[in-house]
Amino acid sequence: MTNAMPGTQSAVRPLVEVKDLTVDFVSRDATVRAVNGVSFDVMPGEVLCIIGESGSGKSVTLRSLMRLHPKARTVIAGHMRVGDYDILSLSEKEMNAVRGAAISMVFQEPMTALDPVYTIGEQIAETVMRHERCSRETADKRALELLQMVKVPSPERRLKAYPHELSGGLRQRAMMAVALSCRPTLLLADEPTTALDATVQIQVLIVLRRLQEDFGMGVIFVTHDLGVAAQIADKVAVMYAGRIVEYGTVRDVLLNPKHPYTLGLMASTVNGQKKGEDIDAIPGSPPDLRALPPGCSFAPRCRLADAACEADFPAPVIRAGGHMTRCFKANGEIRPMEAAGIA
Amino acid sequence: MWLYAARRVLFTIPIGLGVTIICFALIYLAPGDPVQSLLPPDATANDIAQLKHYYGLDKPIPVQYILWLGHALTGDLGISIQTNRPVTDEVWRALGNTVSIATISAVLAMIIALGLGIVAATNIGGWADRLATAIAVFGVSVPTFWLAVVLVIVFAVQLGVLPATGMGSKGSNTFSWFEWSEARYAVLPIVAMTLTPLGILMRTTRASLADILSQDFIQTLRAKGLSETAVIRHAIANALPQILAMFGLQLGYLIGGSILIETIFTWPGTGFLLNKAILTRDIPLLQGTILVLAMAFVGINLIVDLIQTLVDPRIKRI
Repeated sequence: MTNAMPGTQSAVRPLVEVKDLTVDFVSRDATVRAVNGVSFDVMPGEVLCIIGESGSGKSVTLRSLMRLHPKARTVIAGHMRVGDYDILSLSEKEMNAVRGAAISMVFQEPMTALDPVYTIGEQIAETVMRHERCSRETADKRALELLQMVKVPSPERRLKAYPHELSGGLRQRAMMAVALSCRPTLLLADEPTTALDATVQIQVLIVLRRLQEDFGMGVIFVTHDLGVAAQIADKVAVMYAGRIVEYGTVRDVLLNPKHPYTLGLMASTVNGQKKGEDIDAIPGSPPDLRALPPGCSFAPRCRLADAACEADFPAPVIRAGGHMTRCFKANGEIRPMEAAGIA
Repeated sequence: MWLYAARRVLFTIPIGLGVTIICFALIYLAPGDPVQSLLPPDATANDIAQLKHYYGLDKPIPVQYILWLGHALTGDLGISIQTNRPVTDEVWRALGNTVSIATISAVLAMIIALGLGIVAATNIGGWADRLATAIAVFGVSVPTFWLAVVLVIVFAVQLGVLPATGMGSKGSNTFSWFEWSEARYAVLPIVAMTLTPLGILMRTTRASLADILSQDFIQTLRAKGLSETAVIRHAIANALPQILAMFGLQLGYLIGGSILIETIFTWPGTGFLLNKAILTRDIPLLQGTILVLAMAFVGINLIVDLIQTLVDPRIKRI
């Protein structure tokens, strides 16, 4: 077990093990460390939510699990295991056989994530034929079943539709049908509901959650919406500037947050405050990854920061139940209200 | 789909009418009097009036236009002043000669441009991209008349492997694509004609493919585990409408605008005919040739537009 995950003491082997993942994007003028020493586990049938602002490295972490970054400009280090696959030691050909089969992905914007000149049916059948080497008829039949499974109304007609002929919610379901077509053991979801209306969002989440339980899939779900995370997650990882700063069960992290950043995120949601009152936003903006401060990356925006915070990045501290934080201030008797600036 | 096609066909009617007006107006826009060039300088006023009457040039201009249009619609484009043969026959024969080499050139350019464009777009910034781009820049910047002359010097004069001019040893009547002794006359004109559209089509292919390869859905295709070949097949299907539109334009230019190449190689096509008509002030021939070429251009673009609806589902299928 990683030291980030001592809470999982069951005999079952985790489906996903990520240890000390770092991802560097190399360009001519600068190298940017987008992910900086991230570790986490996902058990079979478990949903991990990665929460964070834009640029915190959550999507980069997700894409790394499928090695989707442009090879020439990316340096990935650390260890990633999904099922029996050691992701970083696979050849490109082996990786391609894993993509879309054992591991698959649902993207944020279903309008741009589907090929505009192929029908929905063709795009689903293509994946099935690629991985199962079956005939076109079998693949077409499977595509129909998949559309029924993700609850697309009149699926026969929708198979022949092009992406621009469907609504946002239906497109995202079609995207899910593509992702689920070869019964993956791990589903990666990159903000799949962000581009949708609130009502459609909930429908898609319900379908996703039900299929996840039916298939027993592990899911890593990236979002910046705490409400979505609360609905779907078993475990939550909060990322800031390329690091996981708080990690634990959904109950621990969202009901009993310890890190001032998580507290700030909770305080900046629109739930619960009085009408007309300003939303309590975290002051400042996420740091420039090319020029990170030497100490805690969150220190410049943190109300509790002192000299110690600006000197070193805090080491992970793990509480009972595997609740991990990386914050000097969260270790002692932190008063959550004070940290969020509400007191 | 059929409604769209019918509407698109109807749209060509006003375009066609506009073209006929411009062709007809040429007589009055062009400097010089066609009748004068036919008569000796000391012709009497009576002679001039008689000749004008013979060609119908003494009637009011709108009447002349209606008469001319009526004849043109029935396939009668008048009589060439210089050769005394029907313009329709002259233009038709020349059009056949031009369409054959223009089509071969355009298709050849398209095939090579697709290959180079794919290689370039998948290796942006690499040496293969630079080489392919250099070929394209050479293609669009080298003047075709210069290239044509160089081809003649190298292959006809110095190496002596290909004929310099003409269309077959016994003229265009006995020309055949299936006999090398005849078909070889077409080689140099085709090579000279291919280069410019090759450059333009390659740049279109490279630009549109590169744009499409940077779009989000390409990552989805990779995430599905598709091979690089399959990903590129998707990208080409997306770029096809754009490339096809450019192909139609280029084919249109080749059919209408190869005056220099056809003149240098004395290839008896429409460009050659146009040049002859201008030099001899053969107004009926000039009008007829331009009319047919303009109509061919409109027709090609119509066909390309109709094919677009088949390859691009985003064009509204009503």
